[in-house]
Amino acid sequence: MGTMFEGYGTTEPASPAYDEMFDGESLRSPYLRLRDSLGAMTTPELISRVEALQASYLDQGVTFDIGGEERAFPLDILPRVIEMDTWSTIERGVQQRVKALEMFLADVYDAGTVFDDGVIPRRVITTSSHFHRAAATIRPANGVRVHVSGIDLIRDNAGEFRVLEDNVRVPSGVSYVMTNRRAIAAALPETIAQHRIRPVAGYPQRLLAALRAAAPAGVTDPTVVVLTPGVYNGAYFEHALLARTMGVELVEGRDLVCRRGEVMMRTTKGLAPVHVIYRRIDDEFLDPVHFRPDSVLGCPGMIDAARAGNVTLANAVGNGVADDKLVYTYLPDIIRYYLAEEPVLRNVDTWRCGDADAREEVLDRLDELVLKPVDGSGGKGIVIGPRASTDELDVLRGKVLEDPRSWIAQPVVQLSTVPTFVDGELGPRHVDLRPFAVNDGMRTWVLPGGLTRVALAKGELIVNSSRGGGSKDTWVLAGHGDLHQQEQQQQQSSAIDLVEATSPEEDA
Amino acid sequence: MLSRIAESMFWIGRYVERAEDTARILDVQTQVLLEDARVDEEQTCRDLLASMGIEPEDFPAVLDIDHVLAVLAYSPASPTSIANALANAREAARGARETLPVPLWEVINTTYRSIPSRRFEALRPPYVFQWVRERAALINGTADATMTRDEGWQFLVLGRCIERADMTSRLIASTALTGGTGEQWTSTLRSSGAYETFLRTYRGVETERSAAEFLLLDRLFPRSVVFSLARAEQCLDNLGGDPRRAGFQDEAHRLIGRTRAELDYGSLADLVAELPEEMERLQRTCAAATDAITRRYFEGAEAVSWKGVRL
Repeated sequence: MGTMFEGYGTTEPASPAYDEMFDGESLRSPYLRLRDSLGAMTTPELISRVEALQASYLDQGVTFDIGGEERAFPLDILPRVIEMDTWSTIERGVQQRVKALEMFLADVYDAGTVFDDGVIPRRVITTSSHFHRAAATIRPANGVRVHVSGIDLIRDNAGEFRVLEDNVRVPSGVSYVMTNRRAIAAALPETIAQHRIRPVAGYPQRLLAALRAAAPAGVTDPTVVVLTPGVYNGAYFEHALLARTMGVELVEGRDLVCRRGEVMMRTTKGLAPVHVIYRRIDDEFLDPVHFRPDSVLGCPGMIDAARAGNVTLANAVGNGVADDKLVYTYLPDIIRYYLAEEPVLRNVDTWRCGDADAREEVLDRLDELVLKPVDGSGGKGIVIGPRASTDELDVLRGKVLEDPRSWIAQPVVQLSTVPTFVDGELGPRHVDLRPFAVNDGMRTWVLPGGLTRVALAKGELIVNSSRGGGSKDTWVLAGHGDLHQQEQQQQQSSAIDLVEATSPEEDA
Repeated sequence: MLSRIAESMFWIGRYVERAEDTARILDVQTQVLLEDARVDEEQTCRDLLASMGIEPEDFPAVLDIDHVLAVLAYSPASPTSIANALANAREAARGARETLPVPLWEVINTTYRSIPSRRFEALRPPYVFQWVRERAALINGTADATMTRDEGWQFLVLGRCIERADMTSRLIASTALTGGTGEQWTSTLRSSGAYETFLRTYRGVETERSAAEFLLLDRLFPRSVVFSLARAEQCLDNLGGDPRRAGFQDEAHRLIGRTRAELDYGSLADLVAELPEEMERLQRTCAAATDAITRRYFEGAEAVSWKGVRL
């Protein structure tokens, strides 16, 4: 027993939050090896490794932008460990959810049986600002609309993983999963050698396979590109990393031009056709013909090219209706409706302020609930009742009464905590988890690991990087048996999927 | 290759070379000021700024070496400074990041990072110039060792060569303008890193004429104008890729080739007699060639822009 974890968490007042490493005094099993391997390390040694870690991130340019300033993405040196059994539940839950979301989107933009059968009112969809008529009746080449998704999970006070929100538009953060692993492997080589961790480096190849599988019918060797808003975008680092590791071009809107219903890119040898666009730009900015006429980030004519079936946009246009926070409240029913299964991962309890009864209860208990705008992201507009002043609550009350459809309420969930090294000492900090899933039309593959975001301030519950959050490397432990073989088997099965998926008859 | 990426590569080549050459010029000039008490500081500073293309109306009332160092080396806000060139090189590299080899991006990024971290400001002459030369060597060496010889490489080298020809011509012009004594030519040769090579080539016989000849016309010295232009022609040849029976279709190729031939086949006496004017013509050629390259390769086929809709 070493000195490192001694006195952990004793300086803070007892919290109802679930700590993933310690259950009171006793250690939880996933962290056994980590404790043994790190426990003997002295604080000065750990600090020197932390410094090397930060310097390597700045030199590599692993950064994100806040208001034009470039900062290194904070990475905590202590990893988060998840055991195989726990992970397989997450994996099944995410796969189930993506499948239901796909079916829901296909239905919403076509027949709309889900409305006719009374699962969800039609107006919930048609009043969503993310519902785009331009996307109606587009049938994607291999039936996939949610090529990449990030389902945000939290762990409640009992340690159960729950879904906090779905992201099926342009979820970001996967690049940090890959760079975090490399950085931690360099910082803690002995520790990592004592664990059997499922690798995360295969993500770009999975993504590329899924994008190629989504190519328009009849294109045997598709040209895939990543579309970025440009270097000043907060996630530019990620766009560049994905393009580089997939070996495809990273394009900006000004590199593209539409000709006769096809999208082309400007090269030194003239115009070259593009077949699949992994776009990292929001719907509204994609095409000034259909959306914001002032946008120069996209390329005029792109939506028409997609409607004509000459180019595939990944993720599809109009996906925003499915990850709206109001639709989220209907998702358990949507899963039951399409799949006739119970949800593997439960939602966090949620009230819809649009319903009169719920609204009354929410307004009564404003000071103990968390209020979220339904179409906000990045922690924007969230009000945490117990921490808000009376004035803030009055303002909020006014807003909810004015436009109840735009608000949902949830109880304050104490996100689980993991030991984190901040300002020279270890303390519990709140975390969430964003597993990434790639759907190639045959199966949904969940990257074993996902992005753990951690709120670095003591007691802080909002983990977004725009609010001073950092990240942790997330280790999914492999089961018994040959790790290499397990991964290979998975690779092979997906290779077979790929061959099948590229035959055009499949989706005809 | 995407036009935008090609453009980035071209400018990485140019800016890194510009930072290096500016450092070489400043290194020698600051040494001359220190070592030789007879030199008029104000006049030297004036000539130096003028040769770097700064208009006389922008000169302050009191012109000293500190001002010159701010404008040409340290101030990130000054468009002619080393700090600015390094920041621009890094900005170009950032926009082409997915196509650059990782080690190349990292050396460019680490070089740039010493500017916001103020490490660059803390370095004083002459060490700062040595540092810039070393970083440039590291960047060029890493590019040489890691890049495939594809179009991107050709654009990088093309940018570097055009910039080098331009900067060498400025160096020669500034020397000629200040009267062109033997000592001044010696320092000019030293700033090109050519002094010892020059002495060996001309067996120790130093004349102003031969110094100008060496920097302008030597076919083996890699910083000479003719060498740089010939290398730029080679790059354009590799890029164009259409062998023609007669003439050149490519405007940039024509411009650079013609200037190189004029230098090669002209008489040295005529050239030396009108050195400042000739050098200015050369700089105009470099600018015109850059425009032609931009039009052909970087603006993309039939650039059209979305005008928006009138509602």
